[in-house]
Amino acid sequence: MTDLTNLGVKDIRDGVAKGDFTAREVASAFNAAVADAAALNAFIVTTPDYALAAADAVDSKRAAGEPLGAMAGVPIGMKDLFATDGVQTTAASHILEGFTPRYESTVSQKLWDAGAGMLGKLNLDQFAMGSSNETSYFGNVASPWKKAGSNAAMSPGGSSGGSSSAVAARIAPAATGTDTGGSIRQPAAFTGICGIKPTYGRCSRWGVVAFASSLDQAGPMARSVEDCAIMLGAMAGFDPKDSTSLDMPVPDWEAALNSDLRGKKVGIPREYRMEGTDQAILDSWEQGKVWLKDAGAEIVDVSLPHTKYALPAYYIVAPAEASSNLARYDGVRYGLRDLPDGSGLQDMYAATRAAGFGDEVKRRILIGTYVLSAGFYDAYYTQAQKVRALVARDFERAFEQCDVILAPTTPTASFPLGSMNEDPLTMYLNDVFAVPASLAGLPAMSVPATINADGLPLGLQLVGRPFDEQSVLNAGLAIQQRADFTAKPDKWW
Amino acid sequence: MSVDKATVAKIASLARIQMDDAALEQMVPELNGILQWVEQLSEVDVTGIAPMAAVIPNTLRLRDDVIDADPLTGGGRQGDVLANAPAAEHGFFGVPKVIE
Repeated sequence: MTDLTNLGVKDIRDGVAKGDFTAREVASAFNAAVADAAALNAFIVTTPDYALAAADAVDSKRAAGEPLGAMAGVPIGMKDLFATDGVQTTAASHILEGFTPRYESTVSQKLWDAGAGMLGKLNLDQFAMGSSNETSYFGNVASPWKKAGSNAAMSPGGSSGGSSSAVAARIAPAATGTDTGGSIRQPAAFTGICGIKPTYGRCSRWGVVAFASSLDQAGPMARSVEDCAIMLGAMAGFDPKDSTSLDMPVPDWEAALNSDLRGKKVGIPREYRMEGTDQAILDSWEQGKVWLKDAGAEIVDVSLPHTKYALPAYYIVAPAEASSNLARYDGVRYGLRDLPDGSGLQDMYAATRAAGFGDEVKRRILIGTYVLSAGFYDAYYTQAQKVRALVARDFERAFEQCDVILAPTTPTASFPLGSMNEDPLTMYLNDVFAVPASLAGLPAMSVPATINADGLPLGLQLVGRPFDEQSVLNAGLAIQQRADFTAKPDKWW
Repeated sequence: MSVDKATVAKIASLARIQMDDAALEQMVPELNGILQWVEQLSEVDVTGIAPMAAVIPNTLRLRDDVIDADPLTGGGRQGDVLANAPAAEHGFFGVPKVIE
């Protein structure tokens, strides 16, 4: 029998349904792979019993001839930002260490209802704030990839770094991610996997630890476009418990996958040719155009004139929302409490938050508090929200001329852990290509394109119109079929 | 615009994050670096542009005016609500004595 851990979502689901192997065999194989991969530090908590219980439920259903769900028999990693009933949920922070929800997030519940099982809770940047998975209270996550000729541990990207590392290392066939300003796409690109952030509102935010509510969106990370389409279908859907949830039907993205792009126009935004972008990235972008042309698409130049202002606008809007969202961590209702001797309520708040938040989280809360404070609100926050409206308008105009936009996902390949810490700003620049689509709430995906001279994966990004995940997935599929990305990291863990 | 140590101390106090002198000293240049970088937004002409309120147009729904319409978010879950409290006492959240 082939090694079950090499299989993706579709092959596992179909194999279980056909009876080629049982869901329990799959769950056992991945549980063993997870247990063997502690060196990656991809998981904060592992839940092998949960994976087995879900698998057994699928096997019994199949034996009884009952219909199986879209994710039946597929064990997945759950980013530790989703509340899971009875299983610690930390957002990789000290302040939530030991927090055990008494409810299940909508997205994770939908996945379990579709027959998926949980291998464990995946590490991430603390409160999803970071682009390298170096801000977790539970330690850095290592990418399974290494630079050719070097033994240095490489970044799996962030914030969904546990997700990207686990899927690339084949210790999970797929994982959930969340994307606020690139946190699905950038780690996917760094590790040679696929990841899609759907239109804002497709996936419920209920039960997802909040970072920046107007930007946060969950999505799947897996090794193929088909697998992402299947898993997104299981995650998406209207939820009355999320006030920004989209009340519209979820299309059958898997069934409608079609890589024939004849009659489609692919926009190339000229402003994404930025200084500081690796030549190899620019070359892969050129290659991407050739692939999409080969799939029948017409390539057109488009302009997104406010691109350069998207990142600074994001670094006002996201910290502002974070400072407000994270006010809830006060040592009263859940999580850590630090009560120095003889201190009052206010001292307890300040001591708890000082002890419970990491440096990057504090930095962003302070920035957010400052830009929202009296006298500065208009100059910073209002201005940023106006610029955000302009960024969104740029996309609207571009989509009058094209159906989908092709761009690089990141300006560079992955870098060694610890190599980018001298200045927070250099880390922020990692998301320069990812943030504009986030600010505009658009569906966007990263698919692996090629390997650079150092043997590290590079990704290409596709951005679509609101609600048009299908065009994004279809263009992604066209690239996947032509890129033939079969490179795998050598097992060192 | 740039911030000095006193301003950072004020922001930290507003954000209820205790910071000692060394932490404040370290934070000043980091915040200034970020603030100077976002300053470039002021060069964008935003005449006649309304600040974005909703990224995807959506209507604000009202839930049905029914008690416990959703069992997950309805009432009667005191035990669940208090289960993770650092100091639950007599069915309430316990906090240090507040004397004003």
